[in-house]
Amino acid sequence: MINFGYQRNESATLDLDTTHSELYKKLLDKEPSAATCISCGTCAATCSAGQFTDFNLRKIMLLCKRGDMQSFKPIINRCMVCGKCQLACPKGVNTRNIVLILNKYLHAGKISK
Amino acid sequence: MQERLVNSFDPFVIPYTFGLIFLLTYLFIALIRVIQALPNDDKFKLLKHIFSLKIFKSMKEIFLECLLHVKIWKKNWTLGYMHTALAFGWFMLIILGHFEVQLFAPHRLNLPWYPIFFRYFMMETETTMQGSFFFFMMDLTLLLVLSGLVLAIIKRFRRKLFGMKRTTKLRWNDQIAVIALWSIFPLRFLAESFYSEISGGSFLTAGMGSIFHWFYNFTENEIYIRPIWWAYSIALAVFFIMLPWSRFTHILTEPLFIIMRNAGIREEHRNSGYGKVEIYSCSRCGICLDPCQLVSVASLRDSAAINYTRHLRLWKSEKAHQAASICLMCNRCTKACPVGVDTAALKLNTKHEVVTFHTDQQYDYLTSKTAESGAEPAIAKTLEPTDVIYFAGCMTHLTPATKLAMTKILETSGERFSFIDEDGSICCGRPVLLAGARKSANELMKKNAELFKQTNAKILVTSCPICYKFFKENYDLDMRVLHHSQYIQELLKEGKIKVDPNGAKIVFHDPCELGRNSGVYDAPREVLKSVGELQSTAYDGAESLCCGHSIATESLPYRKRHMIANDAVEKLTTDHPDVLATACPACKKAFSETNKIAVKDLAEIVAENLKC
Ligand code: SF4
Ligand code: SF4
Ligand code: SF4
Ligand code: SF4
Repeated sequence: MINFGYQRNESATLDLDTTHSELYKKLLDKEPSAATCISCGTCAATCSAGQFTDFNLRKIMLLCKRGDMQSFKPIINRCMVCGKCQLACPKGVNTRNIVLILNKYLHAGKISK
Repeated sequence: MQERLVNSFDPFVIPYTFGLIFLLTYLFIALIRVIQALPNDDKFKLLKHIFSLKIFKSMKEIFLECLLHVKIWKKNWTLGYMHTALAFGWFMLIILGHFEVQLFAPHRLNLPWYPIFFRYFMMETETTMQGSFFFFMMDLTLLLVLSGLVLAIIKRFRRKLFGMKRTTKLRWNDQIAVIALWSIFPLRFLAESFYSEISGGSFLTAGMGSIFHWFYNFTENEIYIRPIWWAYSIALAVFFIMLPWSRFTHILTEPLFIIMRNAGIREEHRNSGYGKVEIYSCSRCGICLDPCQLVSVASLRDSAAINYTRHLRLWKSEKAHQAASICLMCNRCTKACPVGVDTAALKLNTKHEVVTFHTDQQYDYLTSKTAESGAEPAIAKTLEPTDVIYFAGCMTHLTPATKLAMTKILETSGERFSFIDEDGSICCGRPVLLAGARKSANELMKKNAELFKQTNAKILVTSCPICYKFFKENYDLDMRVLHHSQYIQELLKEGKIKVDPNGAKIVFHDPCELGRNSGVYDAPREVLKSVGELQSTAYDGAESLCCGHSIATESLPYRKRHMIANDAVEKLTTDHPDVLATACPACKKAFSETNKIAVKDLAEIVAENLKC
């Protein structure tokens, strides 16, 4: 392999044995604005729940994209749905809807059409 | 008057009678099912109401709203006249018809078709002329109904005359019912006119009859005009049969809805009987279409109140939930609805049926350190006793000018206060309730109430109308709850703060949650008048627009929110004010993003002009 002088990180999304991105794709169906997230972290910085817990929407969305649902399953409903993140998000992502949809999928096991 | 025919029956009465029996049976079964579905204490409330004097109040309301349609008159005279003419006119035709039978052929009262086809079976005699009064009254009422009908037809093409930009789109079932309804009265008019030579009539029917007679003598060829009675009877039958499956169901459900509402029953669930009656009481009049900004600005017609109730009627729960989750809950539609269908409450129920958000561990971080972060639990804070507590609210922290202004005002006033969420807080719980998770909201409420109580304060002031509404109506707090506009008004009145008027031209935008949803309209205006020149707009008070950034919507795309905000700012600033004032962080953010005009919270305007 050519030596470019830096190391390549292992891709977290290419290992299809552990990556299950169907939830993310369904999420995009239901809430297309999720696709515009640039992982800037504004939502997490302002988060009401983030003051007391590790709840971090930016991270949750990244994990979701990478197909790692189990790691945020227990904490997804720590959000207070207060709406600060939505007001602050520079991309106009419907953050609260994302939390509700992910929660519904993880806990009720389905997202309806 | 006397009976013209020995026979009190003619085959053409069969369709009508069949339709009537069908309708009454349906009505009876539906009524039983609705009452069965009511929870027991609601059944009791209903009984108590029916056997109390309050029932007369309901009767009056039924007369005013279901027959005279007073609320629609207030909206637009032509529209009001149209509704009154059709509903009250038809009602009078039925009542007068029964009077006639009672007076002139009482032994026929047991035949349901007799009052309807009275003029076929009866005739006026030269000698008595006793019926002429009724002939006159019946013709007058028929004229009233026909005039309403003409207006209803005109309305389909020229709705602007009726003060409406948009009107209901008819589905096939509504179309059949409408065509049947529209045929009933012209057919009756024709039949009675043709027969006026035989059975008598007044200015309308006899007048028309003599014109017909001029062309051709139908009287001698009765057999040729009999089919008109058939057509009339069939039109009635079709209408009766379609009634439970069309928009006209409301004719039957609305009176029951009024009685239930006055009995104090509220919907807990859309299938709780009351919810059902409420959904079917929507007359699909379309009056809620124009006020809804989702329709007028964002082209999301499917989410309007009228279509939401239709989704429920058709058991399309997924669509109903979609509509509910997009809705801004601004209540512009419920304010306009002449029937008083509380679609906002119904939508909340729809969300509660679908959403499963609450778990026992959900907010355990409020009372104990969590394993993950180890941060101090929210409730561990102890608050010092004080007189006034200021709760800025989550979103006010994102528009910090407001909280800084409030701190300045509170400091100047000399009141003993504490800014309890200076370092952040937990949410008041209303947003999660609006998202459909009542139990989660209860947990947040409990924690907040505990915190507030520690302070023994007399007054709780908040800068967020969402918090205000919730603290005021849903928390059981032992203190006065004020929005900052109300508190500033009091401080000004008591002379605790003074302002230098600066003469700026100000337009005030009433936030939905503060104005329409909590009824606070005057305080903000009084405050602003003390600083500048308040301009009025067409959207003051209860007419106020939604900024589009309502916390109630989960799925309205940002682009649409922005369109609504833009449109609202344009409408509010036609008189070129210097500043657009509001009293809610969400409105402020929404309007600022349009970059059209300086947007300020009223607290900022006051703080800038404080006399220190
Ligand atoms: S603030 Fe918006 S864009 Fe930034 S990470 Fe959060 S959701 Fe993504
Ligand atoms: S809505 Fe949820 S994720 Fe967003 S700021 Fe509030 S608590 Fe955090
Ligand atoms: S909800 Fe009210 S205003 Fe809207 S169509 Fe129904 S009855 Fe008319
Ligand atoms: S509450 Fe507002 S947004 Fe929702 S349907 Fe009614 S008018 Fe439209």
